[in-house]
Amino acid sequence: MPLSKDDVQKIAFLARIRVPEERLDAIAGELNGIIGWVEQLAEVETGDVEPMTSVVAMPAPLRDDVVTDGAIADKVTANAPDPIGPFYAVPKVVE
Amino acid sequence: MSDLRDLSIADAAEALGKGETSSVELTNACIAAIEANRVLNAFITETPDLARARAKESDARRAKGDAKGPMDGVPIAMKDLFCTEGVRTTAGSHILENFVPTYESTVSANLRDHGAVMLGKANMDELAMGSSNITSYYGPVKSPWTRLGANVDLVPGGSSGGSAAAVSGRLAIAATGTDTGGSIRQPASFTGIVGMKPTYGRCSRWGTVAFASSLDQAGPLTRTVEDAAIMLQAMAGHDPKDSTSLPFDLPDFRAACVPNVKGMKIGIPKEYTLDGMPAAIKTLWEQGVEWLHDMGAETRDVTLPHTKYALPTYYIVAPAEASSNLARYDGVRYGLRVEGDSLDEMYELTRAAGFGAEVQRRVLIGAYVLSAGYYDAYYVKAQKVRSLIFKDFSDAFEDVDVLLTPTAPSAAFALGEKMDDPIAMYLNDVFTVPASLAGLPAISVPAGLDGDGLPLGLQLIAGVCQEQKLFRAASALEAAASFSAKPGGV
Repeated sequence: MPLSKDDVQKIAFLARIRVPEERLDAIAGELNGIIGWVEQLAEVETGDVEPMTSVVAMPAPLRDDVVTDGAIADKVTANAPDPIGPFYAVPKVVE
Repeated sequence: MSDLRDLSIADAAEALGKGETSSVELTNACIAAIEANRVLNAFITETPDLARARAKESDARRAKGDAKGPMDGVPIAMKDLFCTEGVRTTAGSHILENFVPTYESTVSANLRDHGAVMLGKANMDELAMGSSNITSYYGPVKSPWTRLGANVDLVPGGSSGGSAAAVSGRLAIAATGTDTGGSIRQPASFTGIVGMKPTYGRCSRWGTVAFASSLDQAGPLTRTVEDAAIMLQAMAGHDPKDSTSLPFDLPDFRAACVPNVKGMKIGIPKEYTLDGMPAAIKTLWEQGVEWLHDMGAETRDVTLPHTKYALPTYYIVAPAEASSNLARYDGVRYGLRVEGDSLDEMYELTRAAGFGAEVQRRVLIGAYVLSAGYYDAYYVKAQKVRSLIFKDFSDAFEDVDVLLTPTAPSAAFALGEKMDDPIAMYLNDVFTVPASLAGLPAISVPAGLDGDGLPLGLQLIAGVCQEQKLFRAASALEAAASFSAKPGGV
């Protein structure tokens, strides 16, 4: 079922991208074009096939549970748009 | 020496070793060329002062007998996807326009530690999403190549378009790239140079701006196969900071560059053709088969039955992973912020202003295919088809050592072409995406020119961690093709 304008609005909110009302139809058209095209995968028989997870099968590496860095708040916040001291600042979240 | 910028890495290293030139001299020649060719828009950020300082350090090391190997003193372009400490890193996006990393990516640190001299940050498609370098917020890159008798600006391919233009235009001796679905190999094919993507996990992804984490892999763009081997040796290696980094010692890639395919088995996958593909590409592919056969290789037809599903699989997996990775651009911790009355409004306005149309399109697709109720139908289904594509390759490599295919279904096209239809643009990667999905090493070697005088590449693909076989076959292909064309004005 093709995506409607409302669907696109919902997806845009999930993606946290503001899409202007007048662009919704055009974007619905583009997304439907791409989704219609990828849906050809439905014709592939994948009954008991395992989804691919890695190229070389290897156990997830573990490292020692030790502190390896820290005390670099100035570096961490160096690119923050609006820091206050060693903190990130955001619009008021709690009313 | 008159043609310093035309030297390969191997020749530059030799000339440096003999004292016939210096890193400062090589670097200055490249800086002058970059400044004279700004019309190509190959760089987003030029770093001439840093380059001269590193060149001086290299010459000083060499004078003391402490040169670090063949990359020491060699001036290179760095794709603007690699975080570089103290040097702005934009990934071609507005959202990172003022981002100055406080750390160095593993790949760029490895190259720096091998003595390579960074000339600047190369232009690219925004967040590595594109096949023509037209999605860059900093403007498109112009290929140094033009069609015979025509004065039309051509794309260099993408996403590593600035890297490819810099290497083919002789603005840098070599360049780094990254390849998620073909972003090293396709621009290499379009610009008549060598582009190599190693096995997934050979190069650390740490400090590289993420696009699709299960596919992203760094690699070199160079003018010879041997240079690709030299540069990969310096870039790659196990890195504990990337949990998908392969914990294996690297073989000697350069030693594998022997142009001898006697006894090698080369597979020709019949599925690597496309309706409407130019005859020149088909002819060149047949020529490639003949060259390797004449050099003593055994060539045989193979089948990779799920090839036609690779591109649609990619356009589920890559946008899904991108939508997840790009969630980090929220206007809070780094990058652009557009103020809003609420946190959600700030996110939405920031991302609407910070991402270009193609990135937004892919993030929306990704958010959709991962959303509740659709995850199994799209993402899990695609990962299952991906297993089948991997199995196609594994089955083929039971019988053959490497595969030979065209790299791209066309030569470079004009700026402005294929811009209206996303799927037409996606088809650029139809021959490169399957090896990306399977994580396999692959290389594009410049092999000939089409009727318009534009370069065409042939691609070789090998099995997991079989880079040595790849370099061996690529060296033979390179020797047979003896491609020597250069863009006009070079």
